[in-house]
Amino acid sequence: MKIIAPIKRLIDHNVKVRVKADGSGVDLANVKMSMNPFDEIAVEEAIRLKEAGKADEVVVVSIGVKQAQETLRTALAMGADRAILVVAADDVHQDIEPLAVAKILKAVIDAEAPGLVIAGKQAIDNDMNATGQMLAALLGWGQATYASEVGIEGDHAVVTREVDGGLQTIKVKLPAIVTADLRLNEPRYASLPNIMKAKKKPLDEKTAADYGVDVTPRLEIVKTAEPAARSAGEMVGSVDELVSKLKEKGIV
Amino acid sequence: MAVLLLAEIAGGALALDATAKAVTAAKSLGDVTVLVAGPAAAGQAASQIDGVAKVVVADDAAYANGLAEPVADLVVSLAGNYEHIVAPSTASAKNILPRVAALLDVMVLSDVTAILDGSTFERPIYAGNAMQTVKSNDSKKLLTVRTTAFDAAGQGGSAAVEAIAAAGNAGLSAWVEDKVAASDRPELTSAKVVVSGGRGVGSEENFAIIEALADKLGAAVGASRAAVDSGFAPNDWQVGQTGKVVAPELYIAVGISGAIQHLAGMKDSKVIVAINKDEEAPIFQIADYGLVADLFDAVPDLTKALKE
Ligand SMILES: Cc1cc2nc3c(=O)[nH]c(=O)nc-3n(C[C@H](O)[C@H](O)[C@H](O)COP(=O)(O)OP(=O)(O)OC[C@H]3O[C@@H](n4cnc5c(N)ncnc54)[C@H](O)[C@@H]3O)c2cc1C
Ligand SMILES: Nc1ncnc2c1ncn2[C@@H]1O[C@H](COP(=O)(O)O)[C@@H](O)[C@H]1O
Repeated sequence: MKIIAPIKRLIDHNVKVRVKADGSGVDLANVKMSMNPFDEIAVEEAIRLKEAGKADEVVVVSIGVKQAQETLRTALAMGADRAILVVAADDVHQDIEPLAVAKILKAVIDAEAPGLVIAGKQAIDNDMNATGQMLAALLGWGQATYASEVGIEGDHAVVTREVDGGLQTIKVKLPAIVTADLRLNEPRYASLPNIMKAKKKPLDEKTAADYGVDVTPRLEIVKTAEPAARSAGEMVGSVDELVSKLKEKGIV
Repeated sequence: MAVLLLAEIAGGALALDATAKAVTAAKSLGDVTVLVAGPAAAGQAASQIDGVAKVVVADDAAYANGLAEPVADLVVSLAGNYEHIVAPSTASAKNILPRVAALLDVMVLSDVTAILDGSTFERPIYAGNAMQTVKSNDSKKLLTVRTTAFDAAGQGGSAAVEAIAAAGNAGLSAWVEDKVAASDRPELTSAKVVVSGGRGVGSEENFAIIEALADKLGAAVGASRAAVDSGFAPNDWQVGQTGKVVAPELYIAVGISGAIQHLAGMKDSKVIVAINKDEEAPIFQIADYGLVADLFDAVPDLTKALKE
């Protein structure tokens, strides 16, 4: 079975986000970019399934600017076998919406015929939490989102999902889409020899036009603003002082 | 203009608070029809929410566990009559609505915090480090709304309830089991007071002191990701960018450093109290009241002081 893991290149989660002065978006020029943390988890899971003999090939796919090559190389260094870059933008500030990403991924999947797709639950830049579900819809496949445990049993996957009330386990027919939540696994770091080896692994380059997908956004960005700031209050010296402050405010 | 609102069903019953908050958001867009993919009793409960024009109920085994594929197909089968499709931003709705959107070839807007007009919406991006206003050019607008950003609609409605046919089940997935911890505490996302513990709490056993304070205050218990990852607390207690978003009257953060991903889930709380032994902890920068102390002294003391 082949597994596809779609990965997104975006601002590193440790970088402090700055809104551009003209309100057009967030400043991404000269900031550290990394793989979406949820996608690292997805890639790790795919590699583990391969190591466990449940899969025989892991293909990673990224859609965006040319520099996403680096992100794909990181996934190859972790242990993915092959990468596909779909260039769909030339400015890092141009985000490709989940619907367009899902359409491109569908075209890739139609050609590659994987048995399983593991995506991240959400991209931590747009916080949409949509692509996996959209892709499942376009393919007419089942979906198991927010996975904290994935098992392959014959022609279906058994997936434990993190839901509002706790955990839910479902069985989904393969091929299917799984999206990774935080506790699915702890992604490995790529070792230096593996980083060297990754340079020789195949990385195919395509464009959105190759797949005939129109990536024009459906949502027009009117403005981007800083959130309302919350100012620091006061420090209290003791539990008693804290209690009397809260009583004064009438909240306890 | 007509709005279809997907009611939140939890444990086979209407999740009233989340649904009523989404009603408030949906009302500003037009006449609200609530869709209940669940039992008739949930439909009755939804009909009593103030501002609901109509309730349609599809009571079928296919919907019993909220599986995304059959519920999405049901929504799609009704979508023709509505310009907006709205749901509260719950794990369940966020699983379903993007699937509906793709089937209708439109985008989805997640976690909407303000509705400016019928096609213009505000939502947080980058863990709430930026607020984006977007205008949808799609024929239909699909959105999940952040429940902390809208007040719950009241009771007193008496909307007509109509049973509708199910839309089939392709059987792509099947439910196996739910592991839901029963609790007498208020629900995290609607509680007036939340007490959250972080990695500083140190163990699952130690979480008892957080729970004791919460119980004293009639509060819900939350946790940081680090506390959940370490197994101190269950996953459904996680507050943050990728956990639950809360905005109670009082949020008490104990042994939590205040990473942006955590702040994303609680910084709209009315009053924030932070207890941390590190005076440099970033949580103090947003706290109304900060106490530099060892939590193992301060929290039991606080619980005791509140008893008196
Ligand atoms: C993609 C992604 C998504 C994430 N989503 C979330 C999310 O939804 N929610 C979330 O919370 N995090 C999330 N995180 C993790 C986040 O970045 C932080 O790692 C996490 O919030 C830290 O948790 P913490 O504050 O409990 O732990 P730490 O940062 O380790 O802080 C522990 C604190 O406890 C204090 N302490 C220790 N002992 C004591 C004591 N005896 N008395 C008093 N204080 C004490 C310490 O001084 C310290 O400040 C996410 C991260 C990523 C990358
Ligand atoms: N541009 C992209 N390229 C590859 N994968 C993506 C892209 N955008 C989103 N994804 C995948 O979809 C998941 C959810 O993203 P989102 O729906 O944008 O929150 C991510 O974790 C990725 O696995």
